Amino acid sequence: MERTGAQVLLECLLQEGVESIFGFPGGAVIDIYHHLPEYPALRHFLVRHEQGAIHAADGYARATGRVGVCLVTSGPGATNTVTGIATAYMDSIPVVIITGQVPTPLIGNDAFQEVDIVGISRPCVKHNYLVKDVKDLAWIIKQAFYLARTGRPGPVLVDLPKDVLQAKTVFEYPEAISMRSYNPNLAPNRRQVRKVTELLRQSRRPLVYSGGGVISSDAAEELTWLCRTLRIPVTSTLMGLGAFPGDDPLWLGMLGMHGTYAANMAVGHTDLLLAVGARFDDRVTGKISSFAPSAQVVHIDVDPTSIRKNVNVDVPIVADCRQALRGIREELEICPDLPDWSDAHQSWLEQVGEWQRDHPLRYTFSEEPIKPQFVVEKIYELTKGEAIITTEVGQNQMWAAQFSKFHRPRTFLTSGGLGTMGYGFPAAIGAQVAFPDKLVIDIAGDGSIQMNIQEMATAVSYNIPVKIVILNNGYLGMVRQWQELFYAKNYCATCMHLNPDFVKLAEAYGAAGFRVTKAADVERVLKEAFAIPGPAIVDVVVEPEENVYPMVPAGAALTDMLLV
Amino acid sequence: MRHVLSVLVENEPGVLSRVVGLFSGRGFNIETLNVGPTLEDGLSLMTITTSGEEQIIEQITKQLRKLVTVVKVVDLTHLQSVEREMVLIKVNAEDERRAEVLRIADIFRCKVVDVSGNDLTLEITGDQGKIRAIVSLLQRFGIKEFARTGTVAMRRSMQVD
Ligand SMILES: Cc1ncc(C[n+]2csc(CCOP(=O)(O)OP(=O)(O)O)c2C)c(N)n1
Repeated sequence: MERTGAQVLLECLLQEGVESIFGFPGGAVIDIYHHLPEYPALRHFLVRHEQGAIHAADGYARATGRVGVCLVTSGPGATNTVTGIATAYMDSIPVVIITGQVPTPLIGNDAFQEVDIVGISRPCVKHNYLVKDVKDLAWIIKQAFYLARTGRPGPVLVDLPKDVLQAKTVFEYPEAISMRSYNPNLAPNRRQVRKVTELLRQSRRPLVYSGGGVISSDAAEELTWLCRTLRIPVTSTLMGLGAFPGDDPLWLGMLGMHGTYAANMAVGHTDLLLAVGARFDDRVTGKISSFAPSAQVVHIDVDPTSIRKNVNVDVPIVADCRQALRGIREELEICPDLPDWSDAHQSWLEQVGEWQRDHPLRYTFSEEPIKPQFVVEKIYELTKGEAIITTEVGQNQMWAAQFSKFHRPRTFLTSGGLGTMGYGFPAAIGAQVAFPDKLVIDIAGDGSIQMNIQEMATAVSYNIPVKIVILNNGYLGMVRQWQELFYAKNYCATCMHLNPDFVKLAEAYGAAGFRVTKAADVERVLKEAFAIPGPAIVDVVVEPEENVYPMVPAGAALTDMLLV
Repeated sequence: MRHVLSVLVENEPGVLSRVVGLFSGRGFNIETLNVGPTLEDGLSLMTITTSGEEQIIEQITKQLRKLVTVVKVVDLTHLQSVEREMVLIKVNAEDERRAEVLRIADIFRCKVVDVSGNDLTLEITGDQGKIRAIVSLLQRFGIKEFARTGTVAMRRSMQVD
């Protein structure tokens, strides 16, 4: 039986086990939408802006570990996804982006709604395709999904000209994938693994620094085993939060620019830094030359380009994090004297404990105005780490990372690498679609939330009960903080005067709106908002000039922290 | 330091811009770049010369390998290899200087591929050193046009050291 390209695409999505598609139609993809009702297993969520579609697909992918799918039309539909593609690329999130394209005979002619999205997206996709013949469609989709989720995951874009969607062919889904040019290395090298165990045996002050790779390779269990067995303190990047239980005494909190005192001091004094699935981003390392100055560095990463890109590495292991950690575990399990190794860390653990005690994260409580940190603490208290938290970007994001605890992977979704304002809300929608029964909360700033607030219509129309908690400081807070600290308080273009009334805004969309101005009301209102069955905004009016501390000024050594 | 990279790629639309975009997007430098199909259907060979510190070159080769359309990357720099470039030079060769230009062309085993009353066009192949030498010799006659292919290179079968 012959099928059109559009049908072939939808068949492929079924074969890939896709259940949810986030999209927005247009002339170039109208054929796909025409056939979509024939495939009731594919639920389509109509967003209000294509940026919302790609972030929702990304949030879905981060929350589930599966490939997110986003479907948009050519030209402006495609370009509207670029920020979201770059967001997914920087954080290694598997998404497949299907874009419509003008018919092949018109390509290159500046046709209506034509844009070279393959060219535009090239620097921020793992790979992309322009399909020129309907016969190639099935294997390209198969490859696209395979590329997106294997090795170092990432976004893959497939551009589909309208005539290809209309052309007919017999649908056959290829069984196997053969790509001579793509063979990610997943298994660790035995010799290197032995070197690591040797270093672990010798180390007196080991430290684990874990990143998003631990989450994307589902290595949290292995990581936790290693750290607990050898009693190694753990810090992680923003992307790594949740891979190690946030209530474990070995947990030091995040490191880097807004990392904890204990984590940053530990990096400064460790003799063995075990970096797992983390890429030494500048927000993490601060001044490179004084990063982990007395440490031997072990770096586990599936992507060889991450290794030695920023820092020198003593033992590189190019492998899937889970497989590498398993390899290390196997080696360790045949060492009978493991308890001695962990005993040897005793004085180091005491030192680290002292740092934790002397300089915990802190803020000064106030009844009114409310302190944003207090709100985050309350959210954690009420949800006990059971919720999925997404964030926008700025101070809200850092407070969410600092003042909640994450116990499980895939419960904290945030734009780490690109720092995309407007990410959190649509990502929360994607996560909620995947987990309809979980509580999903976007911790937002008043600036960021306005970047994709139109998705409230999506949330309301599908009754996706996402809760938005706005830490409303009336500023583009994080930029204002920099202006305060490093630019003589010249608050140029960071005051958000004339913010909308967020309660009315929620109501205008048909969602619930709440406002809180006193600390005493925070818990009650949060509870109420979390309990209602639909989406809601909680507008929390917070201290306008509260800052995120500790802070390592950009380019300074991690141990040079501005404390509260 | 200068490096010569031999890069085997899938011969498909956009592969060149993927490679070139990688260099420009990451601030790496390309000195020369040469591409042509191989004997095997669907594959092309690129020869890229670039320069930078070891750590940069390591990044370049790793980043190239990471491209889905790149099949193989070999850094020929530390191997014994044959390197050639072809250059066309149109040089001033008016009456009394013509003989001298031809003599130089002869010494360098150039081919004369075009002649007119005022100039000669020479075809030269050689490694970088040879090309530099002949260019500097011809410069005093006046070079009117100059076109070069960029380096092509191949690993020698015998690696004797
Ligand atoms: C799309 C985008 N534009 C600009 C920035 C730069 N930026 C980083 S944080 C920030 C302020 C965010 O303000 P708000 O959302 O109110 O959060 P707050 O810091 O006040 O919590 C800005 C403008 C960004 N990260 N993303």
